Amino acid sequence: MIIKWIYVLPIILFLIALLGVLVKRNLIKIIISLTIMEYATFLFFALIGYRKGGMPPIEVEGVKSTIFVDPLPQALVLTAIVIGLATTSLLVAIAVRIYQKYGTFDIEKIKKLKG
Amino acid sequence: MSEIVRTVSKVFSPLIFLFGMYITIHGHLTPGGGFAGGIILAGAIILGILANGSGETRLLYKKNLSSVSEFSGILLFLVLASLGLVISGMFFFNFIGKGISFTIFSAGIIPLCNIGIAFEVGGAVSTIVLMLILFRKEEK
Amino acid sequence: MNLLPIFIALPLLGAFILSLIRQKRVGDVLANLINLSLFIISLLLLRYGNLVYKIGGWQPVNGIPIGIYWVKDGLSTLMLVIVNFVALLSTIFSINYMERFTDKNRYYCLFLLMLLGMNGVILAGDMFNLFVFLEISAIASYSLVAFGTESEELEAAFKYQVMGTIASSFILFGIALLYSLTGTLNMADMASVIHNASFNIHNGKFLIFVCGLFIAGFGMKGAIMPFHAWLPDAHPSAPAPISAMLSGVLIKVLGIYTISRVIFNIFGLTPMLSNLLMVLGSLSIIAGAILAIGQNDFKRLLAYSSISQVGYIILGLGLGTPLGILGGLLHLLNHSVFKSLLFLNSGAVEYATDNRDLRKMGGLNKKMPVTGTTNFIASMSIAGVPPFNGFWSKLLIILACILTGHFWFAIWAIIGSIITLAYYLKVQKYAFFGTLKKEWEKIKEVPNFMRLSMIILAILCTIMGLLLIPQLREIFLSPGVEVLRNGLQYINNLGL
Repeated sequence: MIIKWIYVLPIILFLIALLGVLVKRNLIKIIISLTIMEYATFLFFALIGYRKGGMPPIEVEGVKSTIFVDPLPQALVLTAIVIGLATTSLLVAIAVRIYQKYGTFDIEKIKKLKG
Repeated sequence: MSEIVRTVSKVFSPLIFLFGMYITIHGHLTPGGGFAGGIILAGAIILGILANGSGETRLLYKKNLSSVSEFSGILLFLVLASLGLVISGMFFFNFIGKGISFTIFSAGIIPLCNIGIAFEVGGAVSTIVLMLILFRKEEK
Repeated sequence: MNLLPIFIALPLLGAFILSLIRQKRVGDVLANLINLSLFIISLLLLRYGNLVYKIGGWQPVNGIPIGIYWVKDGLSTLMLVIVNFVALLSTIFSINYMERFTDKNRYYCLFLLMLLGMNGVILAGDMFNLFVFLEISAIASYSLVAFGTESEELEAAFKYQVMGTIASSFILFGIALLYSLTGTLNMADMASVIHNASFNIHNGKFLIFVCGLFIAGFGMKGAIMPFHAWLPDAHPSAPAPISAMLSGVLIKVLGIYTISRVIFNIFGLTPMLSNLLMVLGSLSIIAGAILAIGQNDFKRLLAYSSISQVGYIILGLGLGTPLGILGGLLHLLNHSVFKSLLFLNSGAVEYATDNRDLRKMGGLNKKMPVTGTTNFIASMSIAGVPPFNGFWSKLLIILACILTGHFWFAIWAIIGSIITLAYYLKVQKYAFFGTLKKEWEKIKEVPNFMRLSMIILAILCTIMGLLLIPQLREIFLSPGVEVLRNGLQYINNLGL
């Protein structure tokens, strides 16, 4: 399979966001990096469905076209975006409560569990 | 917020709500459907809150309403799926007639499922934002 | 045939009704009734063979499956029985245990959502359904770990959630690559495309990359070494019945079951994959055991012990021979039973004494006889003392290693077993035997429902060795072994 150079871009975005999760010290920046990482995966998934010379996969009355872009990745990415929304909102709720208990967002200071 | 913001939001909030309903109902003809329509509905409610400030009793009333809307959305979806099971033995069977293509009343149970999903997603996102605002208010 | 949607529809209905009810007794009765009926239906399904359920009635077009399939075969039936059984016992236990928390009905709602997700993962017939149900049960478990909202529980839930989200991103990336290579999402169809002769020549390297992504993603969900770092923080911080569910069934359904589906049924077991699984398994056994000896917190010790025992299951499954797979599956069943019993015991001890530090306990056997006896039975089973059930499964795994000539792996397994015995004897000595400290004079035995769950699990610990008798083995274990041994028979599900 020939590597199409367009696919390198979401992979670079994914790696940058993964670096952000590992290196950053602020809780909110970790949450933002996680969201970017998920969205890079969705972009990769949606780009896979492209067919050369394809139309958007919607049937309009009176237009007969034979080449459509693949609609299955688009439907799956829609579902996955909603799952990502649920994950982000739970992370934010936990972060708000952590700020109430510990008084800081710095992960170097949130280390009560050891061993 | 200033007087201009509040007046403009009073004009635009119903329009955004109407646009969300349009996207939901035409879900089987144009792009969009339940998820996108639901989030636009939630956007209309959040615009109202951001512009008009947060008096606590109004927020509690809105939170109960959005929780009930979320519950009824899921219940509608589940009832439609189980009706398919009862009528002809397969979960999610498309039991309403298919109708003429490219009009609104076609494609079986799909528009009704879209409406259920829109209430669910709109109610859920509104509930999340309202709970976060209420949490900050009651800890002060 | 029409019983399969009940596993998804009934917990969903129960969860959403429970979030509206205010009284406590109604919530208890409803949740336990739902779990009991799910368990009875899963026992009834043992009689049928392979079932394929096409949602919406969409039949295949030109031999290509275009709908969503739910597949029940031998391995799925076994996992359904054990998941619903442990869930039933956890809800019985939590009738009394969760009185200390404020909102019991919300707890039951999240519990039923987690159970729904696990049932969906077991029954899923194509990759995206597997992903969606995996996310449902994972998100429910993140909120359940943070249920008590003390500072330690919130920190543990945050760590657990960050690692779980990274794992889900890896899994979605792998699914995207696999879809672009094979053109289909149905697992049986994917298997038949991959095992075409011309496929491997063009795409062999991509398949190895996808396999690596899947082992990393599902391994992070299932706490296989070196992806185990969230488990020692998350499992102790959860309330005790949730710890029993997490350690007993969740890491097995989300980690081990999905890895065996993907590796045995879609890719086919090659010698390289088998070696990789065996090395990861033995690493888990030794590292989990060594890290567990130095612990002083009761539940943290049990969490490290979970990592160790999951290593045994991966070692058994990675061997690929029928005896090894039988040992691995039997150890999966056994570990669910005795690890949930151990976590329920620690919950009972915490309910009575409000303390988890082993050095402060002592002589609890005199005041809490039921807890003490069941803990003794569970410790002897997990260490592998005959005639309890742990002995039979560990014996099968070690025998299978020796019979195929992997002597070093057998030696690591035996060393792990000896260290397991050591730290469980430490628990017994510090917590239950010895002299009663002055501050524990007034404690009593735990209430009735908690005792009922622990006694049922202890009885099962003693008699589950009998599952190896040929009549019982044919009903429970042999269909599962058959599915994994002839992995490519999964393609026949397209014809049903």
